[in-house]
Amino acid sequence: MALDEYKPQKGGDQLEQGHAFKYVGTRPDRPDGTDKVTGRARFGADITAPGMLHGAILRSPHAHARIVNIDTSKAEALDGVKAVVTRADFSAAIQPAPGMAGEMWNVLENVMAGDTALYDGHAIAAVAATSALTARDALKLIKVTYEVLPHVTDVDAAMAADAPVIRDGTADKSVPPGLHPNVVRYHQSGHGDVEAGFAEADLVIEDSFTTEATHQGYIEPHACLGTLGGDGKGELWCCTQGHWNVQKICAALLDMETSQLRVTASEIGGGFGGKTTVFIEPVALALSRKANRPVKLVMSRSEVFRATGPTASTSMDIKIGMRKDGTITAAQGVFRAQGGAFPGAPMEFTAMCAFAPYNLANVHQVGYDVMTNRPKQAAYRAPGSPMAAFAVESVIDELCNQLGLDPLEVRLKNASREGTRASYGPKFQRIGLVETIEAAMAHPHYSAPLAPGQGRGISCGFWFNHGGETSVTLALSEDGSAQIMVGTPDIGGSRASMALMAAEVLGIPYENIRVTVADTASLGYNEVSHGSRVTYASGLATIKAAEAAVRELCKRAAAKWGIEEEAVYWEDGYAKPSGPNAGDFEPLHISKITRSMGATGGPINGHFEATPEGAGVSFATHIVDAEVDPETGSTKVVRYTVVQDAGKAIHPTYVEGQFQGGAAQGIGWALNEEYIYGTDGRLQNAGFLDYRIPVASDLPMIDTVIVEVPNPGHPYGVRGVGETSICPPLAAIANAVSAAAGVRMRNLPMSPPRIFEALEAKNG
Amino acid sequence: MRYLSPASFDDAVALAAEAPGVTRFLAGGTDVLVQMRADIITPDTLIDIKKIPGTHDIARTPDGGWTIGVAVTGAEMREQDDLGADWPGLVEAMDLIGSTQVQGRATLTGNLCNASPAADSVPAMIAAGVTLTVTGPDGNRTVAAEDIPTGPGQTSLAKGELISAVHVPPRGAGGGDAYLRFIPRTEMDIAVVGCGVNLSVEGDTITAARVALGAVAPTARLVPEAAAALVGTTLGDAALDALATAASAACAPIDDKRGTVRFRTHIAGVLAKRAAKIAYDRARKAQ
Amino acid sequence: MSKIHVSTTINGDAAEFLCDPRETLLDVLRDRLGLTGAKEGCGTGDCGACSVTLDGRLVCSCLVLGAEAEGREIATVEGIAPGETLHPLQRKFIEHAALQCGICTPGILVAAKALLEKNPDPTETEVRYWLAGNLCRCTGYDKIIRAVMDAAAEMREVA
Repeated sequence: MALDEYKPQKGGDQLEQGHAFKYVGTRPDRPDGTDKVTGRARFGADITAPGMLHGAILRSPHAHARIVNIDTSKAEALDGVKAVVTRADFSAAIQPAPGMAGEMWNVLENVMAGDTALYDGHAIAAVAATSALTARDALKLIKVTYEVLPHVTDVDAAMAADAPVIRDGTADKSVPPGLHPNVVRYHQSGHGDVEAGFAEADLVIEDSFTTEATHQGYIEPHACLGTLGGDGKGELWCCTQGHWNVQKICAALLDMETSQLRVTASEIGGGFGGKTTVFIEPVALALSRKANRPVKLVMSRSEVFRATGPTASTSMDIKIGMRKDGTITAAQGVFRAQGGAFPGAPMEFTAMCAFAPYNLANVHQVGYDVMTNRPKQAAYRAPGSPMAAFAVESVIDELCNQLGLDPLEVRLKNASREGTRASYGPKFQRIGLVETIEAAMAHPHYSAPLAPGQGRGISCGFWFNHGGETSVTLALSEDGSAQIMVGTPDIGGSRASMALMAAEVLGIPYENIRVTVADTASLGYNEVSHGSRVTYASGLATIKAAEAAVRELCKRAAAKWGIEEEAVYWEDGYAKPSGPNAGDFEPLHISKITRSMGATGGPINGHFEATPEGAGVSFATHIVDAEVDPETGSTKVVRYTVVQDAGKAIHPTYVEGQFQGGAAQGIGWALNEEYIYGTDGRLQNAGFLDYRIPVASDLPMIDTVIVEVPNPGHPYGVRGVGETSICPPLAAIANAVSAAAGVRMRNLPMSPPRIFEALEAKNG
Repeated sequence: MRYLSPASFDDAVALAAEAPGVTRFLAGGTDVLVQMRADIITPDTLIDIKKIPGTHDIARTPDGGWTIGVAVTGAEMREQDDLGADWPGLVEAMDLIGSTQVQGRATLTGNLCNASPAADSVPAMIAAGVTLTVTGPDGNRTVAAEDIPTGPGQTSLAKGELISAVHVPPRGAGGGDAYLRFIPRTEMDIAVVGCGVNLSVEGDTITAARVALGAVAPTARLVPEAAAALVGTTLGDAALDALATAASAACAPIDDKRGTVRFRTHIAGVLAKRAAKIAYDRARKAQ
Repeated sequence: MSKIHVSTTINGDAAEFLCDPRETLLDVLRDRLGLTGAKEGCGTGDCGACSVTLDGRLVCSCLVLGAEAEGREIATVEGIAPGETLHPLQRKFIEHAALQCGICTPGILVAAKALLEKNPDPTETEVRYWLAGNLCRCTGYDKIIRAVMDAAAEMREVA
């Protein structure tokens, strides 16, 4: 939609809580704004150390090959080369195990190949030298002898009887007998009797779908600076979504005690799930240990594409039955996902999210985790869910078309509500799907006329959200301002959200709060910034830490006044006597209390550590209009509206930003992004030139509606918002394109050649 | 790698002729630097030609044509309004290459000598009848744009030879050109197919035409059969269909990450029609 | 391998450095001059995170050799703010939340400033196409476009 049609969306009017917020829900400037618009902010590659060396990694040119020999002698002899490492320089204690039980070995194997190169781009050896150019020159002097093995990169082909076996014995006990050894994990869930349900339907549609692997596409390549000295003590600076996880893995891979490695998270230039694990960090430390000097390692863009986590690619079969009135009688899905040469494709999430938006008496879903000769998949924004929504919502769209039903009415009729038994098992608590559908129906976009050649698509989407281990400390300064230490890297403005929530509790100005992302030696354990958990979990911990500080503030006031602690309450930054019975005292401002805290009992801090488990699930409904050029198969997204339940929007502008970013990534996934492999198993498009993420001129403005159905598991009602926004776009765009082109699109991406082929097939 | 920046073409030729190993010329650098970064090539000698006097000039010639210096960037061409008025298709083709940032560096000569079959400016140059002065140890020779690339990454230039000037013919009355390409996104992609059309009219009738296609063969190619489908017509449906058929028939593309054989062959016809319509409108307005 | 001595001007200040002939201007800015505001997102001119101006012309510094800086004037994100106060574009980017992670922001600011110097009143479409070479993966560009348009409007009022 055009710029002048834009109207900012008001948040909060559906908030059911009576609480009137003073800071939460406002839109102040982010605390780190100036750093980030002046070039001052320090990202992964922006740091140096005295005596620093530069590292570089040699990568396999083969999709699958036995490593017969690695001769590093010429590289080591090159002037300026200070260390060369191979797998022998990493832990020998970590052993493989079936399924996810062997994950530490899987990570080690991915960081540096053992006896086999498992994909194009797999790390084989690394060097550290006095300059980056020398390090790159040295790589060319390493001679690797390979014995090339047969490879497979497609998920369906990898399950076929004649597929090369990638690593026998990797399957865990969940896998039923008779399947190819590349099938390494299996999932099934559901309830009711789907066959009986299909028998009740007036129309049953069964269809198959595929999605290609996409990359998170963060603009900052992985970068780190590692120092591991002769004293066994290590320091690591890196761009990561979770530095405690980096600490844990690096220590294990290098046979160190966790406490001997301090990890500091740099500013992070995007992650979207792709920076939740390690790739180069243990290599930098191993090189540093060998050279006894700090080593900086920075990936090139092609290394990012070839060797870091894309998402899984999938192949899916969906069967749904519907009555003429739109009631879904039964639903069933089979989801096959490949996640590279290791277990871990998120097929169970795909299966569990697939039918979560709907209240179904009969539902059954099956998932297969399949290994191929591709890079180890990493989490990508609601891992597994967008693919499921694409397949399921396409079939529902087709059912609506054939039965002549309004697609939103049908979603509303079948929508999951509070108390609904979810397709994956538990009963939903208070959820906001119905509210998003109703808001979408009421949105002017849904009733706006379409131009010739355009089609409209809608879709719902679901993501679980996550809590996770969290520690926060808050310290009050003498002047009554506050400093907060969080352990969750700020990926998209979370410092602002934390400061707003702390301001709300403390009753002090937002500007008087400094939020710092602490290193692993300065704070208790924090899980990775993933699962849309930061505003929820670090936010909850921030609120609780601030409340602990407030209790102490009240205690100091009570002591000063000589009354009971319970007779003091906190309001707008002041300790106040709770009523006439408490006594008549002038309210004490926070700064009055903190100024004398040394003499009244010492520093006033608050802290909170827990694993909060009340992350509320989140739903979204998207509307999109697309225009297809019938002569070229080219698609233009002309209008896009995101409606999503945020629970409570702490900083609505950044919530909108998450909605818009998820939609934009979904548009890329739907239309043009894909991993393209040649018949030789090598990645054909390891760069931004041919891995086509949306550019500014590809997109319209993205309208947003923030629905607020409070999450009962958070003091202010927060639900994670980062991931759900990428769940509906694939399906919504596929439905819009199918409507515009007059042909059902079942394979992503819907690139122009694919649409052209579909049109050609339809027109004969 | 040696980095050299000679002050004359004679010096550049002398340096290139005696340089051992791999030599590359640096004009805009938007291809050479990418190849160096990707370790596709590390030249032993890199000769920067941008300090040679005249290489940044765009000048009208006495006959009404244009001479464009070999270091003139896409952005500079775009800012030369008279050139754009004469040859909008050529300027637009150049302008389509890469981003605003790339336009600040990229040159016609570099695009031609990189010899990518998908180079956007090349079909437009071929359609326009652009010629190049090639300077080498034996002096100067004039070569048509279509005779420079000989295959992907290969040119007809001998060791020690380089392009020293770009010559665009006089536009003349009743002429118009256009270039269109197909890409999956709206920007930043390499052409899946590119098509340049240059034609002249008298009244409503096309009297002369040149049609060139890119990304459908190992080099951009002139398609005389497509031009023949236009000459003598008023660009009616029959002429357009004949044009599309001829354009598609001239395709010998490959299946790759950017498109399939079927898709490219089809798109060549679609683009030829669309580009011809634009060129025809421009030509009629230029009478 | 012998290095090249280069004298240049960066953000108005004279600067000198030695570099390997293979080093790019981006390498030189970041590794030799400590100006890490320009980022390497791709190294191949596809992402725009390393945008700078060279004699006033917007370029990717990863596609310029360090040696080519001799005698030229370079402007980077570090030079955008005139003294203590932020440039209107910088202020509007913060105000509109036109950044999430912020890695693309320096390049986009340099590019947007170059646009507004050439065209003080661009349309939405013109802004989108001018910035097509600056990839942002976080925002979907919506708030970036608004921030640029808003900054342009404010700068026109002041001018």
